[in-house]
Amino acid sequence: MDENEPSIVVAKETNALVIHALDEAASRLGLHIGLPLANARAMCPDIRVFDADVVADAKTLEDIADWCDRFTPLVALDPPHGLFLDITGCAHLFGGENALLQVLVRALARQGFAVSAAIAGTSVCARTLTRQASGTIVADGAEAEAISTLPVSMLGAGEAITAGLRRAGLKTIGDVASRTPHEITARFGARFSTLLAHALGQGDAPINPRKPLPDYIVEKRFAEPIATDTMIAMTLSRLAETLVASMEKQGKGARRLEASFFRTDGAVRSLTVETGRPVTQSAIIDRLFRERLDALADPLDPGFGFDMVRLSASRTEIVVQEQRDLDSHVHDNDELAALIDRIAARIGGKRVVMHLPQDTHIPERAVLAVPAQHHLAAAAQAEWPARTESEPPLRPLRLFERPEPIKVPFATVPDGPPHQFTWRRAKHAVVRVEGPERIAMEWWKQDGKQLTRDYFRVEDAEGLRFWIFRDGLYEGEVFDSDGKPVPPSWYVHGLFA
Amino acid sequence: MSARVSALATLRGQIERIETAEAAHHRDRVALGHKEADGALQGGLARAAIHEVFCEGRQGTAATGFVTGLAGRVSARRPLLWVRQDFSELEVGALSMSGLAELGLDPRRVVMVRAADAEAALRTSADALACDALGAVVLELWGESRQFDLVASRKLTLAAQASGVTGLLLRMAANPSPSTAETRWMLRAAHSPPGAMWSAWGAPQFDAELVRNRHGPVGRWIMEWKCDECQFSEPSAYPQPVAAAPAHRPHQTAAFGDRRRVG
Repeated sequence: MDENEPSIVVAKETNALVIHALDEAASRLGLHIGLPLANARAMCPDIRVFDADVVADAKTLEDIADWCDRFTPLVALDPPHGLFLDITGCAHLFGGENALLQVLVRALARQGFAVSAAIAGTSVCARTLTRQASGTIVADGAEAEAISTLPVSMLGAGEAITAGLRRAGLKTIGDVASRTPHEITARFGARFSTLLAHALGQGDAPINPRKPLPDYIVEKRFAEPIATDTMIAMTLSRLAETLVASMEKQGKGARRLEASFFRTDGAVRSLTVETGRPVTQSAIIDRLFRERLDALADPLDPGFGFDMVRLSASRTEIVVQEQRDLDSHVHDNDELAALIDRIAARIGGKRVVMHLPQDTHIPERAVLAVPAQHHLAAAAQAEWPARTESEPPLRPLRLFERPEPIKVPFATVPDGPPHQFTWRRAKHAVVRVEGPERIAMEWWKQDGKQLTRDYFRVEDAEGLRFWIFRDGLYEGEVFDSDGKPVPPSWYVHGLFA
Repeated sequence: MSARVSALATLRGQIERIETAEAAHHRDRVALGHKEADGALQGGLARAAIHEVFCEGRQGTAATGFVTGLAGRVSARRPLLWVRQDFSELEVGALSMSGLAELGLDPRRVVMVRAADAEAALRTSADALACDALGAVVLELWGESRQFDLVASRKLTLAAQASGVTGLLLRMAANPSPSTAETRWMLRAAHSPPGAMWSAWGAPQFDAELVRNRHGPVGRWIMEWKCDECQFSEPSAYPQPVAAAPAHRPHQTAAFGDRRRVG
């Protein structure tokens, strides 16, 4: 592949293929974004053309944003190809704003991206600068001066406004700024005048960070990238200690922890663990991450190594101190919560559940499964309906999520129980029957007609016990298209011990 | 020669000491309530050990009931961790907490782990068995499982011995294979005591066959689970002549009472 051959990316816009992006060689030939493909081919027949992939572009932008997390936790997307980084209070960590800008641009260029970047007091001003004057760093208060010579199109206000400004003879941003704001607002609308004010450093639009700012962050950077599991584990436990120490000062414990691994080639991998109770011990954090790392379906691929590892507590809570030594019950509860956290870290929080009784007669909705991590206390204190004394079990031990249809040849009594039925291709002769127990559907909340069920508890010749029901009253609820009653169908809903 | 004999004796002595140390928990036994079975088990089901319950596929619920009973006996008001693999839910249905409550167990103490496959389930139960805050860990597996070999079984046993937690293995549609389990049961559902078709069935009845017992004889008994007392017992003919009225029955169905006697 010849590097110097001009290439363009085209996308369909208003039924014509137009240039969506282009490389430097192509722009030297006089092509520009928005030019129809036909014109471009006419100007340069041996141009290489690619189809635009908007989804992949967005994904790449996300990946770059992930990578930029190493500079500041506040990274916002500015689609289609911009990023805002709020570096307030971060620049000194990299040796000043200038050094930070250099590091960022160089690292991204090494990854193969063409970058233009600028630092300014407001996000709009910085964005304007990147379009024309990449690499500029504007001191606080000098925004208006910095952008006054730039053409108005750099504001990115849209085709109509830019054209309107040009027609009015306002060629540079400085020209526009020299008019009084109410003139601009009257002609171009309030939105544009706000944009202009932000660009000039008068007020700022807040950026919209991708992730909420974690409560606590600790990180470790490596001059020499690390790649071995032992080093990763060791780093994590050191970070955990530091994190716990800083949380302890404020009496906090972590409920959600995130570990991010920044690979030298720019890929970032994040792992999250959640806990049911605020964690205050680094050993527990350590163990949870070990479980999580062990259970990864696609293991952490260090590639050429990680040059930074970050541990952040994205949700924290104030820790309530309990007396632990005297009460073994408290100890047991702690142990159980810790076990649930470990299992959840390994196989996922939704897979460890406890149950809450629901106020309904419909058997499949009578119990709600909730994640044990978050509902341990609620589930342990739930009020379950008391069982009737000296009665055999009235509800089956195993319940099918969807009742399974059974074939019933006939019932001696029209609305009575069957004498035999076929379930899963096996015939069962009914020896004992009890019922019916009629369960009516909840007419006050149902959508669409649901049928009344008559449940029977039956035992077959082998001693197996079933919970079967007839879906609909006999000749009462189920009709064919002519309005004639048809026999209702039967289902097995559960199995008794 | 005599040196060799004495070396052997020393080794035997050492092994015995190790085994008795391991068996410290074994003296902690829970009576099931069924006299003959308790006799065979030398007082009851050993805590801090692994017990296996096997059954055919369609007898899954009977075996579940039996395991639930065992768990209820050994866990003694402590939390119960029930680990199951996704597949068994499709085959025999999900364990219903209402049903569990009907058997006399407290659903508030049950933590359910929905493992995707046998491997995850095994690993989770090995972890859980090491946690001494639990009363019992039930591992429910469907079908033959390559992962559950002698090594895995040994791991579970060691974890159980160290923590004092009882491990109960519910192996549905599987054939017994060599393992380090303390006892192994083969379960079938038993008939209700003879009676008329319309007479109510009684408490759950199990046809439990003890096919392996490390420290005693084997046997086969019909056991009944007493939901109210939360223990097993010898089967008793259920004395109730008429069907018990189901709870929550709407009053409109009172008319069905007549039909019950006729049919």
